[in-house]
Amino acid sequence: MRLLLKGGRVIDPANGIDGALDVLIQDGRIAAVGDIPQGPEIGTCLDAGLDAGPGANAGPGSVPCSSSSRSDHSTTIVNCRGKIVCPGFIDLHAHLREPGYEYKEDIASGSRAAAAGGFTTICCMPNTNPVIDNGAVAGFVRRRAQEVGLVNVLPIGAITKKQAGEELAEMGELVAAGCVAVSDDGKPVMRSDVMRHALEYSRLFGIPVLSHCEDANLSDGQMHEGYYSTVYGLKGIPAEAEEIMVARDIVLARLTRARLHICHVSTKGALEAVRQAKALGLPVTCEATPHHLALTDEAVGSYDTDTKVNPPLRSAEHVQALREALASGLVDCIATDHAPHHIESKDCEYGLASCGISGIETAIAVIMDRLVRPGLLDVAKMVSLFTTGPAGIIESRQAADGMDQGTSDLTANQAAAYRGALTPGAPADVTIIDPELARTVNPRQFYSRGKNTPFKGMELTGWPCMTIVGGRIVAQDGRVVGQTD
Amino acid sequence: MKLRDKNQIMDEMSMKRALTRIAHEIIEANKGVQGVAVVGIRRRGGPLAFRLADLIESIEGVRPPVGVLDITLYRDDLTALANQPQVHRTEVHFDITGMSIVLVDDVIYTGRTVRAGLDALIDLGRPKRIQLAVLIDRGHRELPIKPDFVGKNVPTSREEVVSVCVREIDGDDKVTIQELVP
Amino acid sequence: MGISAQSTQFNRRKDLLGLKDVSNEEIELILNTAIPMKDIIGREIKKVPTLRGKGMITVFYENSTRTRTSFELAGKYLSADTSNLAVSTSSVQKGETLRDTIKTLEMMGPDILVMRHGMTGAPHYVAQNTSMRVINAGDGTNEHPTQALLDMFSIREHKGRLAGLKVAIVGDILHSRVARSNIYGLAKFGCEIRVAGPPTMIPPGLDHLGVKVCFNLKDAIRDVDVVNVLRIQRERQQTGLFPSLEEYSELYMLRPEHLSLAADNAIVLHPGPINRGVEISTDIADSDTAVINEQVTNGVAVRMALLFLMMGGRRDEIAA
Repeated sequence: MRLLLKGGRVIDPANGIDGALDVLIQDGRIAAVGDIPQGPEIGTCLDAGLDAGPGANAGPGSVPCSSSSRSDHSTTIVNCRGKIVCPGFIDLHAHLREPGYEYKEDIASGSRAAAAGGFTTICCMPNTNPVIDNGAVAGFVRRRAQEVGLVNVLPIGAITKKQAGEELAEMGELVAAGCVAVSDDGKPVMRSDVMRHALEYSRLFGIPVLSHCEDANLSDGQMHEGYYSTVYGLKGIPAEAEEIMVARDIVLARLTRARLHICHVSTKGALEAVRQAKALGLPVTCEATPHHLALTDEAVGSYDTDTKVNPPLRSAEHVQALREALASGLVDCIATDHAPHHIESKDCEYGLASCGISGIETAIAVIMDRLVRPGLLDVAKMVSLFTTGPAGIIESRQAADGMDQGTSDLTANQAAAYRGALTPGAPADVTIIDPELARTVNPRQFYSRGKNTPFKGMELTGWPCMTIVGGRIVAQDGRVVGQTD
Repeated sequence: MKLRDKNQIMDEMSMKRALTRIAHEIIEANKGVQGVAVVGIRRRGGPLAFRLADLIESIEGVRPPVGVLDITLYRDDLTALANQPQVHRTEVHFDITGMSIVLVDDVIYTGRTVRAGLDALIDLGRPKRIQLAVLIDRGHRELPIKPDFVGKNVPTSREEVVSVCVREIDGDDKVTIQELVP
Repeated sequence: MGISAQSTQFNRRKDLLGLKDVSNEEIELILNTAIPMKDIIGREIKKVPTLRGKGMITVFYENSTRTRTSFELAGKYLSADTSNLAVSTSSVQKGETLRDTIKTLEMMGPDILVMRHGMTGAPHYVAQNTSMRVINAGDGTNEHPTQALLDMFSIREHKGRLAGLKVAIVGDILHSRVARSNIYGLAKFGCEIRVAGPPTMIPPGLDHLGVKVCFNLKDAIRDVDVVNVLRIQRERQQTGLFPSLEEYSELYMLRPEHLSLAADNAIVLHPGPINRGVEISTDIADSDTAVINEQVTNGVAVRMALLFLMMGGRRDEIAA
């Protein structure tokens, strides 16, 4: 079966493509990108998104759609006029909660949420129970994801056993089991010697160490420290709690020459440190989250626990710096830090509430509405931040490091060579965005079990309207295909 | 809806005559002014109480103590009002226990204000007796309350409003009957 | 009825959670209403029937016998039925959520909930989840609106006005809900506000609130009309915010030589309970300049005013 994505604006940063083109998908892979004639064997006609607008419903050209005879040679045509057709979006930073916290989220619900949210590949953090600190748990996650079969799920292993920050986890076993990176995300590796060794050891596998930068001795608070923490009477967390650890990890990266990735950068000073690291040629990358880009600490004023997140929502000055760093290319990718929580963790006093935002289903819309539409971020740049950006980070650099190969099974990393691109031959992972679609965020319609979003009730414009994984349409117009809601 | 003057039933002179007569009646009923105090109900009962005290003093040569009662906290319709009325001070700077109190208000209508005034007064002490003086009695009582001294009985309908103006508050002295007009 | 009802919009407000979002008109109404209320406290019969049939419940998750008692008496003087949930013996200890506790109380039918909680925003959370009116009697390090109202009442009673006065607040500003509510309230009325305390106890951003920060006590007190001295919490020493109570006293205890720098007839306020010889010297605590005892009476009066203003009106007319 063939799928022809017709007439959209194709943005494929990896291949330098940006134009009104067609994408042909055959046998689960990208077959061609260009001006592709429809051919005689028309199968079904679809619109990418239900809200294709007047005229668009007529289907591509004037070719009538025949009934859905699904022979192997039929072509399903997706009308993409007015839409943006991109390589499948990758989320470098999501919490799927399984195993252990299935009441918050599980791999099935998280996969559905990712598909509905326009992501074809997600990397899941290891702060589960048990922690993904060994091959068995990593293997379990991959198997579960394959059973669910909606999106690609790539586990991230723990840096330290049980994420306790003391002893290194078996990184070789984790990589062999398919982990694309290591991280103790959720908490910092407070011991500098442990972090140093983790970075050094990671060079054996060429994988990045994803660092949650937070000086725990300075971060006992509820929100960003500043004018609003004073006005709202909540204990503040200074920007420096993040910046100290970013600075420490960068100098450790300088020491070890290892690949360091800074998770959820949120402060001006942290960005400055990353800028200096990059200027020195260190292999340092960083990510920004939609919520840190879209919201300031002023939002905490209602004591809505959905605004409680770690790192905290920062002041306007930091948000401005983050937006500029995103546009300038200093920030390598946008990651959701999708952190679903059960209602009971959020329906309580602000001080008792868990940190985190369920963000994977709103990430694209938030970025489109708050950054792309106001002209703060070029749409092509946005696409690269969700595709080539994260793909480059999870791609193994083993060969480049010139070290002996330490493990044999690197298939996951080999597949990654194609990730984030519409290169012919690549697995057909495609995200299609309707830049004009306006919708109000309604957490009750989330596939994620976590309804914790500070964007609830906001009308956002620019939503994913179709998600294709391995040539199969897994979500359309915000709903997962072939699943009961 | 707004109020329109229908007809004036008292002017400055007739108000003065009525108050003078009431002052005489108070003295007569109390066989002098020994142990008598005058307490007006805010707002327009206040100035009327002071005038009655002036008149009593001019007749008897002795000025009875005067006070002003704010009955807001004693109203029985507070929970039915959309907004709370402003509470003012009660200014009764003498002990009312054992005294003959003449409670003064401008108009008696349902009797509910007077009921509140009686409760407010009794919370201040235990007077020997309480008498009631009003400038206008417009009828329609809803409680078994009857004034002892009345300036003028004015039959009205419930749709009408009796407006008492006193110069201390309103700039001039007059009583008018008003009606609601759309 | 024959009296004119000068109506106000006050009881359209469902809750009083802080002074931050209360208008000058509302504050003035509360302070003005507290004047006749204070008269009632001075009477032989300290009771008016105003809130007959209304129920008020106090829930204090932090101990504060005096604030709780002040609210209870205020309610009783107005004839409301008051009761107190003793938190230490309640199901709070059994792990019941705040929402469930409040729902249970709501089903018992009281009209108003007076709440103190150690966590900032807890009353706001409760207010959103109950039909009861909620008065914040102190939440975390956020606000203590009735304390600020009684402070403002006391200041106005002595100084005849608020506008243009210079007020110094001394102590642990960072953790003080009394300081915050005072700053919001006094700033609305055009007071010049200074704070003084150890740099470890001064929160950021005060200049944006129009507050002048002094580290030195004498700098703060020069020419002020009012000094509001905050109670120092001994446990702050453990978290390293100051080295010892002795050093704190040395640097920040209000003494006569400080007060001599203030304006003539300056008054000293303290929310109580006072630590003699720690943040305030006995000389000052017992002097005529201290209005600390009056503050206690004024607290009842202000709370009576608030209860009256908030509990009037039909419930169905309260804007949600």
